[in-house]
Amino acid sequence: MHVNLTDDELAFQEEVRTFFREQYPADIRAKQDNGVQLTREDYVRWQKILHQRGWAAINWPVEYGGTGWTPVQKYLFENEIAMANAPDMVPFGVKMVAPIIYTFGSEEQKKRFLPDTLASNIWWCQGYSEPGSGSDLASLKTRADRAGDHYVINGTKTWTTLGHFADWIFCLVRTNSDVARRQEGISFVLVDMQTPGVTVRPIITIEGEREVNEVHFENVKVPVENLVGEEGKGWTYGKLLLQHERTNIAGVARSKYRLSKLREIMAQSVHGGTPLAENKNFARKLAAVEIDLQALEFTELRTLAAVAVGKAPGPESSILKIKGTEIQQALDTLFMEAAGYYALPNLPQQFTAEYPVDERTGFGSETLSALRYFNNRKASIYGGSNEIQKNIVSKHVLGL
Amino acid sequence: MDFSITEEQSMLADSIARFIDNDYSFDKRMAIVESDDAFSQQVWQNCADLGWTAMLFSDADGGFDGGAVEMMLMMEQFGRGLVVEPFLANVILAGGILKRLASAEQKADWLAGIVDGSRQAALAFAEPHARYDIANIATSANREGDQWVLNGSKALVLNGGAAELIILPARTSGEQTAQSGISLFAIDASAAGVTRNAYKTVDGHGAAEIVLSDVKVADSALLGKPNEGYSALAETVNDGTLAVCAEAVGIMRTMHDKTVDYTKQRVQFGVPIGSFQALQHRMVDTLMACEQAKSLLLRSVMLSDAGSPEAGAAISELKYLIGTSGRKVAQEAVQIHGGMGMTWELDIAHFFKRMTAIDILFGDSDFHLDRAAAAK
Repeated sequence: MHVNLTDDELAFQEEVRTFFREQYPADIRAKQDNGVQLTREDYVRWQKILHQRGWAAINWPVEYGGTGWTPVQKYLFENEIAMANAPDMVPFGVKMVAPIIYTFGSEEQKKRFLPDTLASNIWWCQGYSEPGSGSDLASLKTRADRAGDHYVINGTKTWTTLGHFADWIFCLVRTNSDVARRQEGISFVLVDMQTPGVTVRPIITIEGEREVNEVHFENVKVPVENLVGEEGKGWTYGKLLLQHERTNIAGVARSKYRLSKLREIMAQSVHGGTPLAENKNFARKLAAVEIDLQALEFTELRTLAAVAVGKAPGPESSILKIKGTEIQQALDTLFMEAAGYYALPNLPQQFTAEYPVDERTGFGSETLSALRYFNNRKASIYGGSNEIQKNIVSKHVLGL
Repeated sequence: MDFSITEEQSMLADSIARFIDNDYSFDKRMAIVESDDAFSQQVWQNCADLGWTAMLFSDADGGFDGGAVEMMLMMEQFGRGLVVEPFLANVILAGGILKRLASAEQKADWLAGIVDGSRQAALAFAEPHARYDIANIATSANREGDQWVLNGSKALVLNGGAAELIILPARTSGEQTAQSGISLFAIDASAAGVTRNAYKTVDGHGAAEIVLSDVKVADSALLGKPNEGYSALAETVNDGTLAVCAEAVGIMRTMHDKTVDYTKQRVQFGVPIGSFQALQHRMVDTLMACEQAKSLLLRSVMLSDAGSPEAGAAISELKYLIGTSGRKVAQEAVQIHGGMGMTWELDIAHFFKRMTAIDILFGDSDFHLDRAAAAK
């Protein structure tokens, strides 16, 4: 056992760090640092830069354009993304649907979708949840009825993150209702968002922004070629995909970065008043989160090491999801507490590209802190709520 | 010990409860939040006609002699209805300073309009650098000839955009954090040199940043004696703290009740989610949190009405408990409502935001835990 990185790993880290220093666009960085919302184009431009370097899809097999990196290299890369305050990869294509396509899809589908997904020419969104289904995904009601060489889809998907940006949606749909278990008769299909009968309606979330949507399907005709894998096997594929989602959900590197920002805030005099560093309560709370995060980082590294020797991430990913989101929310709370009264003004218009930073009410991004705290209450709800994750752990780890 | 309330007090609570149920629906509340003022002139006038704006003032000031009990009964109901009307800013904060310090003439000029609901007012108790220390005042008031010249910045002035009258503490002597040397002034919001940047808060209330540059006022603007304003300011802010705690108790109970109801209706995996023990125990915890908060609220109210020297520390203990357990109740309500609890259209989201704002207002739980510890 040893805690240090090898020389090769250190060299790799330096290579990635140099790339981020030289290639990460200054204008996008400025937006990120100032809390300005990125546009669709900002995300796409950055992903294309990564793609040119061959680093757009760190989890994919090499044959489809992946990196072939070791788990430690992937971990180091994620760390550098966070420390450069670069945007996270938009997960829906590269991290979510692509593994399903390259694992279960036809040769045609691989050719049609993988290169464009890798190059960020397609923006995907996820059509899993439905109104009323919540974490009980298998209760989904959206139907896909076979009619000759098409499916006809009817139903509604919800919580579709950034669905208003998307070109394509991947959906779990019911192709057979006459089944013994609800998990059967579900299929995995790909739908062009431009198909007649697809309507995207915004859901305004707690802080007043449009991030998620409802997607309605009314007699949407989808060619049978857009079915991925076998009809009725969608649940199996979807579950696999959710585990991919859960390993990325811990957000350890991002939390480390945010923690370092809190340390900076603590050291500064807030508005020329008493520095937060002199507030022992705050210092203790920050230290407690830091300890929890350190432990989670090593838990994640242990999971990565297990994956490296061929043990697939199973229910352990649920532990990463629960602890990771708890830590994210603890950090949200500390940012809000650090902001004091300046957490309260609701001034999202100050965080647009046009608004001069030095004319903002509050300093830095303080007046975003409560809005972020509100918005990120979702972290313990989405991706299978933390309650569901605990059920998974109690069933599959504890055998209860 | 007597926890019973009088018939008049009970009637007051009932009349506000009826108003919330019949005239202040969630949809109406949201329409008011989205209006420019962030409150409704018509609803405010209605409150005044019902005598609520006068309730907490003495008979001599044109009020109904209500005390902390009446205040609690009103604020709990306002919490239940998520009311955004500026009762705290006008009656408790601005009115609280005026009833303590204003001369008969000043009361006739300013307090009467607050009592009858015709004047909007604000108390600028916070400054940008000061976090929650109300004695940390950099705003200066200097004597020049027969005038006072005011300079400085005030943060998060509740009702500061709509207010015609702004009451503010300024330093007339002493170090920046000294309790002595603070004087209170009442100024016209449209006076030369007053700049207001009005906005809404994350929970839908109206507020403003206010900058004073060479604002000149006469002696008639000074409330009470120069340099001796701190105790009235501290007592008034204590009243405000107690008021938002009462509001929070109303919110906590409502969020808890709505959550329990929801878990009886919401079916997942073929059964109501309320049948899951993992959720049941958590809702028992939130029930206990509500009861504990209500108990400390009653204690603080009784100590306040008795004029006890322990009231200030008791209010800090209460605010600490409200901050910690109120946050927990609110987070659990959102979590148990799942994705729906995250949506703008559901009232739970807005209760959550108000609860969060109350946690910060007048000092967060760390601040009040320190104060409570220092009082021991």
